[in-house]
Amino acid sequence: MTLAITHARLLTGRSLRTLSRQPAYLLFTLVQPMVWLLLFGQLFRRIAELPGFGGDYLAYLTPGVVVMTAMMSAGWSGTAIVQDMERGVMDRTLTSPIRRPALVVAGLTHQALVTIVQSLIMFATGLAAGARYPGGSAGVLVVLLCAVLIAVVFAGLSNAVALVVHQQEALIAVSQFLVLPLAFLSSIMIAPELMPGWVARAARFNPVDWAAVASREALRAAPDWGLVFGRVGLLAALALLMGWLAARAYRAYQRSL
Amino acid sequence: MMYLPEPAIEAVELGKTYGKTVHALTSLSFTVEPGVVFGLLGPNGAGKSTTVRILTTLARPDRGRARVHGIDVVRQPDRVRRVIGYVSQKPGFDPVATGMENLVLQGRVHGASARDARARATSLLERFDLIGAGRRLAGTWSGGMQRKLDVAMGLMHRPRVLFLDEPTTGLDPQARLGLWAEIGRLAREDGLTVLLTTHYLEEADHLAARLAIVDAGRVVATGTPDELKTALGGDTIRAGLVRQTDADRARAAIEAIPGVGAVMTDGGALHARVSNGAAVLPTALAALEYAGVALASISVAQPSLDDVYLHHAGRSFGEADRLGTVASSHSSEAVTA
Repeated sequence: MTLAITHARLLTGRSLRTLSRQPAYLLFTLVQPMVWLLLFGQLFRRIAELPGFGGDYLAYLTPGVVVMTAMMSAGWSGTAIVQDMERGVMDRTLTSPIRRPALVVAGLTHQALVTIVQSLIMFATGLAAGARYPGGSAGVLVVLLCAVLIAVVFAGLSNAVALVVHQQEALIAVSQFLVLPLAFLSSIMIAPELMPGWVARAARFNPVDWAAVASREALRAAPDWGLVFGRVGLLAALALLMGWLAARAYRAYQRSL
Repeated sequence: MMYLPEPAIEAVELGKTYGKTVHALTSLSFTVEPGVVFGLLGPNGAGKSTTVRILTTLARPDRGRARVHGIDVVRQPDRVRRVIGYVSQKPGFDPVATGMENLVLQGRVHGASARDARARATSLLERFDLIGAGRRLAGTWSGGMQRKLDVAMGLMHRPRVLFLDEPTTGLDPQARLGLWAEIGRLAREDGLTVLLTTHYLEEADHLAARLAIVDAGRVVATGTPDELKTALGGDTIRAGLVRQTDADRARAAIEAIPGVGAVMTDGGALHARVSNGAAVLPTALAALEYAGVALASISVAQPSLDDVYLHHAGRSFGEADRLGTVASSHSSEAVTA
């Protein structure tokens, strides 16, 4: 167990060092969410005159965009695995005593840390553009936690797909067919009260919606903590499931050799 | 009763099938004594890499068993991983890390302290003449230096057996000679067992103390390169034909000469095993001329590993290599699909 933790720490260190040498990757995935936040925030400003938005659309939108950023960024997490497979790095890793769970944990920890930095940048951008929240630091912590859990969910999925399909193209498919529909079938941009019935029903099973609901609720003056913890609990369970799936995918990869 | 040293590697009747139809290994067996460079020589697609993948615990065999220093690769893969180093065909270093960082990480995952790993990394960088580049990103190094880094990474934890899968493929001749010298030293000076796969006949001849010749997923011959060559006996006459259509007539003409053993044709080339090349050559020339066969070239030589392969596998190495490249690119598509 301690060995697995040491391995996970070493591998996370390796990937963070790589990131520190290519910091542009961290910002690259922020371009699209920035456009959403700043453009949509302006474009649909008057939508907040309708009920369900709490009066300020930018303040409504920002937590959702933070969650969406985490999802979009994590969807590419498997890229590092595909690169390691294309080189001999994966073969070398799998013939060393590195514990398989350590590989998964290192990949997900890296993505979680990236997500925290990206979330803080996005949230700060929302604040700079004028969003205000009565919820205080506890609310912000919940937003970060939700973003990290969403990142783990989608990084786990992305890693599993990378290990089973071995191709970068498959990851593009994941982001095209999963990320955008999940963003639109949620309350990120539109208040639940205004959704068509079927979208509202679909959103109840959408982890992105769980994260958006919990994040917005925690930033209120008097949050319904039962609602927040319920959604966070669901996210945590799904994150564990996806982590397990990624670990299984390493075995599937080795069986294919 | 004789006490033999424990073999470094034992492979017994290994079999591996991809999908339902691609038989990468049929029944492959060989034994490697400790402290030698052992070569698995074979054309592309013969099953060399699959064998190495099984011995290094990457892949599981479908049939048979294998042990490294007595440890079963299927039952105790974790223990095997502590005694082996593996350098795959593809580069296994991180291009966005320096040479030093790559080596230190490799040492640390094998349990070395940060300080011990740095000391070991420094000595390996010195040994492979990479110390000047040690603090530059490995992605910026030359191909030869990168390959040496791969080998050095495989040595960080002082393994007892080092697996080198096609170590010099893609290197320029000078870098290849440099790496050959290093690999030779590993067994000579460090007592390391090295298992090396190659489809370069001259590499096997130059480096390997013992060889297993692999063809179509099985071992067709083992021995030292000299043993394998002298076991064939006599000389080889090689004739290049101007017209491929002459092959059958040329073969019949040569086979009729006394003192000629096996004769094989392979496209526009004819190989004949003879007891005494110098004595048979004039007769052979006359017989070919009488049969109306136009020659592009003819030569007499001591048997080479090419002849050894031809003798055991029934086809020439170059031909098998070309076919194997095509077939293995098909089978790898089938595997990934």
